Amino acid sequence: MLRNKTYPFYFTWPTLLLYAVFFVVPGLIGFYYALTDWNSYSDQINFIGLDNFKTLFSSGENYVSYIVNTLKFTVATVVLKTGFGLLFALALNEGIKFKGFHRVMIFMPSIIPMLVVGLIFKSVLNPATGLLNESLRSVGLDFLAQKWLVDVHWAFKSIIGVDTWKGVGYIMIILLAGLQSISRTYYEAAEIDGAGAWQKFRAVTVPLLTPALVVTTVLNLLYGLKVFEAVYVLTNGGPGYATDVLYTAIFKEFSMGRYGVGTALSSLLFLVMTIVGYFVVRLMAREEADH
Amino acid sequence: MLRKRSLGLLRNVFAWVLSLLMFIPLLLIVLNSLKDKIHANTMSMALPRKLEWSNYSVVIKEGKLISSFFNSLFYASVSTVLGLLLASIAAYVFARNRTRLNRAMYLFVILGIAMPINFVTTTKVMQLTHLMNTQLGIIVLLAVISIPFSVFLIYGFVGSVPRELDEAGIVDGCSPLKLFFAVVLPLLAPVLVTVAILNFMGGWNDFVLPLYYLNSSDKWPMTLAVYNFFGRFQVNWNLVSADIVLTTLPVIVIYLLGQKYIISGMTSGSVKG
Repeated sequence: MLRNKTYPFYFTWPTLLLYAVFFVVPGLIGFYYALTDWNSYSDQINFIGLDNFKTLFSSGENYVSYIVNTLKFTVATVVLKTGFGLLFALALNEGIKFKGFHRVMIFMPSIIPMLVVGLIFKSVLNPATGLLNESLRSVGLDFLAQKWLVDVHWAFKSIIGVDTWKGVGYIMIILLAGLQSISRTYYEAAEIDGAGAWQKFRAVTVPLLTPALVVTTVLNLLYGLKVFEAVYVLTNGGPGYATDVLYTAIFKEFSMGRYGVGTALSSLLFLVMTIVGYFVVRLMAREEADH
Repeated sequence: MLRKRSLGLLRNVFAWVLSLLMFIPLLLIVLNSLKDKIHANTMSMALPRKLEWSNYSVVIKEGKLISSFFNSLFYASVSTVLGLLLASIAAYVFARNRTRLNRAMYLFVILGIAMPINFVTTTKVMQLTHLMNTQLGIIVLLAVISIPFSVFLIYGFVGSVPRELDEAGIVDGCSPLKLFFAVVLPLLAPVLVTVAILNFMGGWNDFVLPLYYLNSSDKWPMTLAVYNFFGRFQVNWNLVSADIVLTTLPVIVIYLLGQKYIISGMTSGSVKG
């Protein structure tokens, strides 16, 4: 009883109120507005049932491809960032001089605004004058030079590449911290048992690194489903609609004043991510009970 | 032995290659920000022949950088302070008084780490609260979206502050509010610094909220200003580069000064500390 006096619940009211009003409520009322014809041209908002969702999934529209792109982006960045992040972490785990310096450098892209990264790579990936193609040509690899952000076959891959460049350092640092928390005695014991490098990796590193790998996967997953700036700045969905993802499509609907359809898309994302979030929260709450 | 040494050498070479790979695109921008228009056109790594410092003064004038700098500073700092207050007091109560209700509310708040923002319906809320196209609106939204992760980080830390200090405070006749501000909050300093730096950088780097909710250019932060500048001066890569440098410089400085806190904050929760 004393606890309720010393740590009164009403202390949390302002936090809960603002969080609810500006974060949760918009998500929830989205499910209602998704069923209306809310738009910027008329003041009236009429209930139209599932018409917006019918629009989203009708064959004449591109919305399904935006959902597919979002999923592709998410899977690709999860795999690439985890794969490269793990590779880099293993390579840099021991025997590196100027460790602090390298850490600062490799982490740097993670703290720069995505907007700025996008602008930089608009220049680097320029087909005619960009640094990437120029470098490829100068070492005689002309055939590898592509119209990165312009060619339909390369645009989406380029976005994924740029995003991986920005994010891989962060993932690497998390995995590196995970690797360094593994006690050397496990490896020594495995060596005495005659384990080779691959066996040590499989039997010691992977199992003990799993918690860190789960966290990086979750982080990348949540980020990937919400991706906006990388696509918006690099291609703005182009060429055509080839690289549009959910959040860029939502922004386009918003700009055109088609709020109902925009909300329907948002609500789909909200539903999926809140379900994912439920499991994430359970995971986070469990981890902390373990400690 | 030889094999081990060459492996070590290989690792170090690899580290340098990686560092360069991350650094070259940034260097490219710095180099070209100091060239004249013609030489910056090709955006190459060639060193500038003559240092065109004037690019920077042009950009500051044309890109309205002074006002957008102060807008960014205003949004990022005020939202950081507000978010920090809201998150720390809630995390403190959730962590100290583990009733069922508090537990549920804690989980409800950190669910926000995963929840996406519905930007479209947020407009409705912004209109109802008269925050549309206002600076206060951006500050409130920035503070609110920082709450879930901040609460998560601070909640973990409150547990490591001994409860005996609270009891001593109560014996000395502290009110609950004074206990929090005078006794507990100072002890949370390490985690608060981390959270503050992360949120400040998040606020500074944010581009989406003003894109949706600010239409008058005199309220734009640097990110939106640089994007708009790029739209107008695409052919002048020297100017665009200078603008990018000026926008990014503050975050880089904060990063270099506070990298210990930033890296530990961004990796905590993932690896047990």
